[in-house]
Amino acid sequence: MQEVVLAMLAKEPSHGYELRARLRDALGPIGEAMNAGQIYVTLGRLEKGGFVSCEREPGLAERPDRKVYALTPAGQRRVAGWLAEVTWPGPAPAEFHLKLVAAAAGHLADPLTIVDAQRRELLRLLRDTQRAAMDEPDGTAASLLLEGVALRLQADLRWLEACERHWLTNRRTEKDPR
Amino acid sequence: MSECVLRTRDLRKEFGKGDALVRAVVEVSLEVAAAETVAIMGPSGCGKSTLLHLLGGLERPSGGSIEVAGSAVDRLGERALAKLRRTAIGFVFQAFHLIDELTARENVELPALLAGRSPRVARRRATELLERVGLADRASFRPAALSGGQRQRVAVARALSNEPLVVLADEPTGNLDSAATLEVLRLFDSLRATGQTLVIVTHDSRIAATADRLISMRDGAFVDETRLTGGTRGSLGALAGLEG
Repeated sequence: MQEVVLAMLAKEPSHGYELRARLRDALGPIGEAMNAGQIYVTLGRLEKGGFVSCEREPGLAERPDRKVYALTPAGQRRVAGWLAEVTWPGPAPAEFHLKLVAAAAGHLADPLTIVDAQRRELLRLLRDTQRAAMDEPDGTAASLLLEGVALRLQADLRWLEACERHWLTNRRTEKDPR
Repeated sequence: MSECVLRTRDLRKEFGKGDALVRAVVEVSLEVAAAETVAIMGPSGCGKSTLLHLLGGLERPSGGSIEVAGSAVDRLGERALAKLRRTAIGFVFQAFHLIDELTARENVELPALLAGRSPRVARRRATELLERVGLADRASFRPAALSGGQRQRVAVARALSNEPLVVLADEPTGNLDSAATLEVLRLFDSLRATGQTLVIVTHDSRIAATADRLISMRDGAFVDETRLTGGTRGSLGALAGLEG
């Protein structure tokens, strides 16, 4: 979040509410869940860390909306570093995979039951994502983000299918060893 | 629970005999209420297409019962069954099954004509349906001149021709790319919103996610069932990487 706020400030010094509006445009319905105060908390942390500077507009009452924020040279370096970064955070399959392996090995639970439960959860999320995508006009920045979320969910659901096939075959060979 | 449109009890379908016996559908009991949309998912070979064929009276069960709109499908004679298929059930297939020599409008008119409606009524109904699926301007096109998504939308319009009690769809997005799938998703979602009873068998999670209820099938049997309600935008935010 800190990097996002910094990068949004790189265009020009801005008020907090202007940053919020830019985020809302880019995120569409997904951004609705964001707390309005979150951006000011982030800006406060960035100021303390020396990544942004802040000037109060003269002659106006003391309110956070009256402050204009700008990047410091340290903030600019951090944005440049963030843009060059290639880590790709996302749901790592290893943990889920190990859950299935452990459940089967220790007879703790049926791996297929775990796969079913996980699929239900992901399908609910996919349903919400698709609903949001269908409501969004084509071609907006937010619809692109929703497409990204939906594609990732589909990939995870396809992997769950592969898990299902694997553990189903496993169960059959256990029952009927040849 | 509102009126039950489709009901099966201990439905079974077997192919072959002895060592070669394949149990394609194993004691499936299902109730689908009016205006409900149900997706049945499962790996290929799990028996879901066979189940759909049994529901639609395209194949006869080995055992158990099927009722559509109060008629015992498994006990109907061929003529009565053909009539039920024409009037109470709409089919949508993976490969569209449109008639290449007919225009989009003529394809949509056909079931109404076969059900004995006058050409004028059939034409009016086809025009309305093509409008509903967003293809009014393609009415005089033949299937070859339409995209995959448009062909499937024509096929859905055709399925709705006789105002069926239930639409049965077999992998309706199976032959479509991502953009065409979105067209069909929108259409199925609008069918759901207008109260069309719908049973979809699929392994495409996108179309399954438009349903009210989801059933997982393995080795011919139902193994898991859930209502796809709930979920919040907050968790979408987390999924998009917005938290932390």
